[in-house]
Amino acid sequence: MNIAATKPESASLAISVEQRRSQHANPPKATAESLDFWYGQNQALKNINLAIPENQVTALIGPSGCGKSTFLRCFNRMHDLQPDTRYGGAIHLRPDNINLVGSDVDPIEVRMRIGMVFQKPNPFPKTVFENVAYGLRLRGVKNRTDLAERVEKALRGAAIWDEVKDRLNDSALALSGGQMQRVCIARALATDPEILLFDEPTSALDPIATAKIEELITELRTRVTVLIVTHNMQQAARVSDFTAFMYLGELVEVDVTSKIFTNPARKATEDYITGRYG
Amino acid sequence: MAATADITLAQIRKGLYWRKQLDKVFVIVGLLVLFSCLGLLATLFIDLVHKGSSRFGWDFFMNFPSRKAERAGILSAWVGTSLIMFVTALVALPVGVAAAIYLEEYATKNWFTNIVEINVTNLAGVPSIVYGLLALGLFVYTLGFGQSVLSAGLTLALLILPIVIVATRESLRAVPKAIREAAYGLGATRWEVTKDHVLPYSTGGILTGLILGLSRAIGETAPIITIGALSFIAFLPPSPVSGDFPFLNFEWLKSEFTAMPIQMFNWVSRPDQAFQANSAAAGAILLGMTLLMNAVAIWIRYRFRKKINW
Repeated sequence: MNIAATKPESASLAISVEQRRSQHANPPKATAESLDFWYGQNQALKNINLAIPENQVTALIGPSGCGKSTFLRCFNRMHDLQPDTRYGGAIHLRPDNINLVGSDVDPIEVRMRIGMVFQKPNPFPKTVFENVAYGLRLRGVKNRTDLAERVEKALRGAAIWDEVKDRLNDSALALSGGQMQRVCIARALATDPEILLFDEPTSALDPIATAKIEELITELRTRVTVLIVTHNMQQAARVSDFTAFMYLGELVEVDVTSKIFTNPARKATEDYITGRYG
Repeated sequence: MAATADITLAQIRKGLYWRKQLDKVFVIVGLLVLFSCLGLLATLFIDLVHKGSSRFGWDFFMNFPSRKAERAGILSAWVGTSLIMFVTALVALPVGVAAAIYLEEYATKNWFTNIVEINVTNLAGVPSIVYGLLALGLFVYTLGFGQSVLSAGLTLALLILPIVIVATRESLRAVPKAIREAAYGLGATRWEVTKDHVLPYSTGGILTGLILGLSRAIGETAPIITIGALSFIAFLPPSPVSGDFPFLNFEWLKSEFTAMPIQMFNWVSRPDQAFQANSAAAGAILLGMTLLMNAVAIWIRYRFRKKINW
């Protein structure tokens, strides 16, 4: 994978993106409908409407403080851990059409269905095996063979099995940053999440580890719906099928990734991707 | 390096020389203060060992107190102290840790928790004799525990509770937010996050806090005199382990007791000079016990630091 900095508007990138990505959106796995979000009195998200197509990668880009991480964290109700936060509107999850941000919906149930990978690799200071098994243990899986089988499957799914298969009982903290992040991805994958959220998953990693994670996200696309926040526009161009540009808590534009980066409809999007602000 | 228009390089060098001298002065002052503190402790310890040197030996540990100084020992005192410390640890650990978990992980910030927090810190400053008076009324009389090992252990547990709570809260707080988020993100409840992650990762700090609390409690004299420690005891509490079913017995909790500082106080207040050596020897042993506990605390902290490195 080419990890050299590529100008987002360069023609070669646009072509490679178009070759690799489908331009057709699958039916939505989740749909944000007039979603609002408040930290206390401060409205961080304003009337967001966005469909997240199933088994495709949707990237959220925008300048710092535009609300992209805040939006991502609505999907697994992470905000409920902070006092004085409030949701408005809805995020409907198919197929059962449950409203993820509904006050009658248990945030813990939501988090058991929607996985998340964080900005900094945050493995538990336990063994690699116990890290990946934790979600399964929470679900009451106790059988050693079942656990071992599903841990292996998750680690293979996160493209790290070969590197850690002999170190399953070593502390996950002994791994490199990129390996830790892939263990964290395996930990999220182990419980077969319906959507996998990535919150700037490579911002703490070196370019080679970043390339591996990006490759992995591209592969995951066939199995799971991915929503990724990224600071890095090249990354959005490389891994995503669709890109949504957010600014000041609002969704400005969403389209096929290649179109956003070559021919955005809105002036604000163009200014951002050409580096005029951000 | 380019000197600005009005300050020449020579001036900068001269200024730097004096600034670095000042740095050295601070190091010297710091070392002086440090060594005078350590020297004081060492002098004290050596003095006790020297004065009590004639008394160290197996007999001193295994003999009960006696009217004859050369036959008197600290058996009932160190057994009493050990049993009291055991009760203290057993009570202070769960209560202190539970209180800290509630305050740190569960409580929402409001006027009530603010008052609780301020008072926990204040409790650490309450004179120990006041705890003794409280315990005399509450444990000895109202609850009817009497002048027993149980009363003494509970009293000292109250005394070190603030230390345990503050130390526990600090080590809970040291667990990074990212780790909690990872566990919550997988669908853990608050209790699962606490039990599976926050508590295990902060065990080192919690145990360190407990041991530091115990090493304060081990030397406390005033509160256990208040609740009625005896200074002359020529028997041991019933053994906690027995040969017959159910193999454990709790009679020792109700036993009368003495403790190391009480024994020392008793000997030192006698006119007979020979007892002064006993007192010094017991003092050296008590100090040794305290230093040993602190060493264990340092070792535990080191072990856990090595295992968990954020």
